[in-house]
Amino acid sequence: MADFDLIGKDFTPPDIRAKVTGTARYAEDFRADGMLFCKLLTSPIPHARVTGLDTSEVEAMPGVMGILRASEVTPVQAPQETILTDEPLFVGQPILAVAAVDEATAAAAVERLEQLIKYEVLDFTVDPLESLFPGSKNARTDGNVAGFGQMQDVKWTAQDFAAAGDGRLPEGQATTEWSYGDVDAAFEAADLVLDETFVTQGISHHSMEPRSCMAYWQNGKCYLHASCQSQSFPLADAARMVGLEDHRDLVFIAEYCGGGFGSKGAAYPIMAVPALMSRKLNNRPVMMRISRHEEYYLGSARHGFQGRIRMGFRGDGKLTAADLFIIQENGPNQGFSDYTSAAEAVSIVYTPGAMRFRGIPVMTNTPPRGPQRGPGQNQIATAIEPLLDKAARQLGVDPLEIRKLNAPDSRWQYGPRQSGLTSAYLREALDRGAEMFNYAERVTRNGERNGSKVRAVGVGTAYHSAGFRGADGLVVLTPEGRLNIHTGVGNLGTYSHTSTARVVAEFLKCDWESCTVVRGDSSRHLPWTWGQFGSNTSFTTTRSNYAAAMDAVHKLKEIAAMDLGGEVDEFEIGDHRVYKREQPDQFLTYAQVAQRAIELGGRFSGEEVPDMLNDVTKAAAAGVAGTGLVGVAQDQLGGAATVPALAAGFIEIELDVETGKYEILDYVGVSDCGTVMHPMGLATQIKGGAVMGIGLAGYERHIYDPQNGLPGNVNLLDSKLPSYLDVPATMQTAAVEIGDPDNPVGAKGMGEPVQGCAAAALLCAISEALGGHVFNRVPVMPDMIVNAASGREPSHQPLQVNTA
Amino acid sequence: MSDKHETQGMYPEPAFDRGGDGGDGAAAPIASLRASRRQFIKGVIASGAAVSGAGVLIGCSGGDGGASAGGVERMIRLMVNGVERTVDVLPNETLAMTLRYKLNLTGTKLGCDRGECGACTVLIDDVASYGCSMLTHSIRAKAITTIEGLEGADGSLHAVQQAMIDELGPQCGFCTPGQVMSAVALLRSNPNPTRDQVRMALSGNLCRCGAYDNYTNAVMRAAQNAAQNI
Repeated sequence: MADFDLIGKDFTPPDIRAKVTGTARYAEDFRADGMLFCKLLTSPIPHARVTGLDTSEVEAMPGVMGILRASEVTPVQAPQETILTDEPLFVGQPILAVAAVDEATAAAAVERLEQLIKYEVLDFTVDPLESLFPGSKNARTDGNVAGFGQMQDVKWTAQDFAAAGDGRLPEGQATTEWSYGDVDAAFEAADLVLDETFVTQGISHHSMEPRSCMAYWQNGKCYLHASCQSQSFPLADAARMVGLEDHRDLVFIAEYCGGGFGSKGAAYPIMAVPALMSRKLNNRPVMMRISRHEEYYLGSARHGFQGRIRMGFRGDGKLTAADLFIIQENGPNQGFSDYTSAAEAVSIVYTPGAMRFRGIPVMTNTPPRGPQRGPGQNQIATAIEPLLDKAARQLGVDPLEIRKLNAPDSRWQYGPRQSGLTSAYLREALDRGAEMFNYAERVTRNGERNGSKVRAVGVGTAYHSAGFRGADGLVVLTPEGRLNIHTGVGNLGTYSHTSTARVVAEFLKCDWESCTVVRGDSSRHLPWTWGQFGSNTSFTTTRSNYAAAMDAVHKLKEIAAMDLGGEVDEFEIGDHRVYKREQPDQFLTYAQVAQRAIELGGRFSGEEVPDMLNDVTKAAAAGVAGTGLVGVAQDQLGGAATVPALAAGFIEIELDVETGKYEILDYVGVSDCGTVMHPMGLATQIKGGAVMGIGLAGYERHIYDPQNGLPGNVNLLDSKLPSYLDVPATMQTAAVEIGDPDNPVGAKGMGEPVQGCAAAALLCAISEALGGHVFNRVPVMPDMIVNAASGREPSHQPLQVNTA
Repeated sequence: MSDKHETQGMYPEPAFDRGGDGGDGAAAPIASLRASRRQFIKGVIASGAAVSGAGVLIGCSGGDGGASAGGVERMIRLMVNGVERTVDVLPNETLAMTLRYKLNLTGTKLGCDRGECGACTVLIDDVASYGCSMLTHSIRAKAITTIEGLEGADGSLHAVQQAMIDELGPQCGFCTPGQVMSAVALLRSNPNPTRDQVRMALSGNLCRCGAYDNYTNAVMRAAQNAAQNI
């Protein structure tokens, strides 16, 4: 790997001191003079229409300042999520907002409105498969299926259901379908075929910071303090939602974000309420505190799957054929592409020579769904990996070996378009993990008993794409000799805003002490980049920052050539100087060149910029124009292949078959993330992902009452997240550290598959401890373990969803 | 932006009717702080407010807060981070709300407002306590320490804070003040904890980023550093 000064070295993130001293300001920490509070009236019914509401009495209550109704907010195209609505599609959906001088008054007003409001109760469903029965109820009046397409009303036939038989997923009409290879022939030739029906659960994101928000207007600009993972990406949508035509009139402040995990990656509807209320109330500041209850409803959730997969194996364990069908529990709105991503993940991680995928997203009256860490890829890892072990057991192959045999390398082409990968080293990750974990020895202890406790190890693998292209970078060398690295990367806790900014310092050969990372507030002139989701930042923003750095380097040399004579390519940079390679005493300092850039103007100082740049970047460049030498560029580095992040996890547990409780004794996580940008940052992502994976495998879930459509575990007590005591006392991490060829420093993203591989490893270990019992359902709760260990029937039907 | 939030015109006139279950609790032993949930709920009920899913609310509607049965004196003195502050506190107001909205000490976070997540952890007489689950009136005459009170007068960080930086403890950082406060409470009562004791002491502080291993490493490092400095 290349020898870097900064990349691959640990650093103290510039925002961390504020986090440990409490001075970091999250959205609810801001105050403004005359600030009002608003509260939401939310639906108590899974699907209803508001038929009457006289607000005059409440408007006259002392302290009540205004009521914002659905008719006053920015409309959306169905089935997108509304800001406010008079036809709520899930319990907890906001119908209106009330602003008052204090929060208690607003709450009292909402309470009175709850008594006055009249609803017509409409059909609802909380089970996607049920909504495909002939003549069954739909979640929406305009249909039951959408995804990213048009609303449709889809019902399967009685024959479809009868053909499946008991406990098997029926396979009726799908809305998405693709295949490659000769699937039928591949199954025909297979030595072993598994046909398995599975369920994966819906899960709330439960970010620690509820999506509270504060906004006000001043001189035509909207100041929005939001809880958002991303900084520049949401700008255009957020501006549109608060009613602005020009994103430059929105000051979007998201310097700190208390966790998002996909649920705060883009602008989300409820974020607009305080701004719209403020505008209605003569620009007075409005704070909307979101409670933990409201966060459950509004904070997004992972899509659940009802699925079926047929897998054909060769005798040595190679997966030769796969046929996957997924019904995606879509929630009430557009949702996300989890089901199609899941199919791609199967094609990438297990490399079936022939594969067919069919899928359909079916709506339910449950909280809106969106991407959650490894959306689709991590659900499918929890479904498929125990089945891989089942096949391995039947074929007499070791679980590690079957994964290595099926793992992709960089030449693998996946999916219906036979797309390429930039680099894939899952086999190397498995080898590295096996060595660190001492797998060869530990696997021989599988099944060792200690009273009612059984030891077992599990291996898991997972994938997510890990990088986009075409973002912009913006840097300024100032006449004071400083390097300001402007970044549109948000602060979701990975420190990627700074690890990717260090690329600029690396290629401009600047001391890190002379650099400032400028971020966190759109008025600070931040370039456009993709949002902080999809494990993309390490790849995407290293490229765009490299592009901006190279633009600055070229301009340094141009000005030096102009002033010192000679050709541009005779110059080198180093030590904050640009100098003649052959005559190093002929030089200009960066500070001198920055001053010259200001004098020269034009493209040197950012007054002229390339037309291809995103509008957000153009506005940012205009903001810094004339303050120094401006490097600004779009990533035009090329390439089209999918950037894969792959990960492997190894776990050892001791499971008590009498109680269903297990202790996780050890965990090793290995990431195929290309060049490591920030070793400590990588390690904490692998470990944190594993913690979330333990919850995904073991207990996190939605619970819905099918009779009334009501949720059963809204708060954190009932919807338990992993705590200190649920995870191993220590964890080990590593990376493959083979650079990616499509990235100037070799970096790829990594944040998502490190959850899926841990969840899969835990599920595999549980199954191993139970002698190979496969649940085909996540989470695997203790009662399921006890039932399985004692030979009792499970307490739920195979396709039942949202179970307690 | 304004910091003028110690007293706000929006609140009703203070009442001077002492009594009720909120009390000043001056003589309450530290141990009782650990079991104050019942007292908390009784106090809220006595003040005429309801515990709702929305959490205990800011402000007071219609002026009934001070005058209702069991109301308590509203202008009270609190000892926060070694400084005595006089604050207008409603009978049903939680410590977390007083800190955040009256004293502008926003380092104390609200993640759930119902004693589930620990983001609001502060020290009451050196004992780690959930600020969302105690009434401000119940902790008069006790020393309150928040995350803002840990730094030295010269701006030097507390050993736990420094170790949190050195070990890259926080990810998103929202739960970090609570984690730090629980760690400080632990080290004050047990300066040389085992790794398992650290995990147990911090287990009331949830972290959705899953930074538990890093936080644990940081507390162990802080303990070691403090031991070396003695």
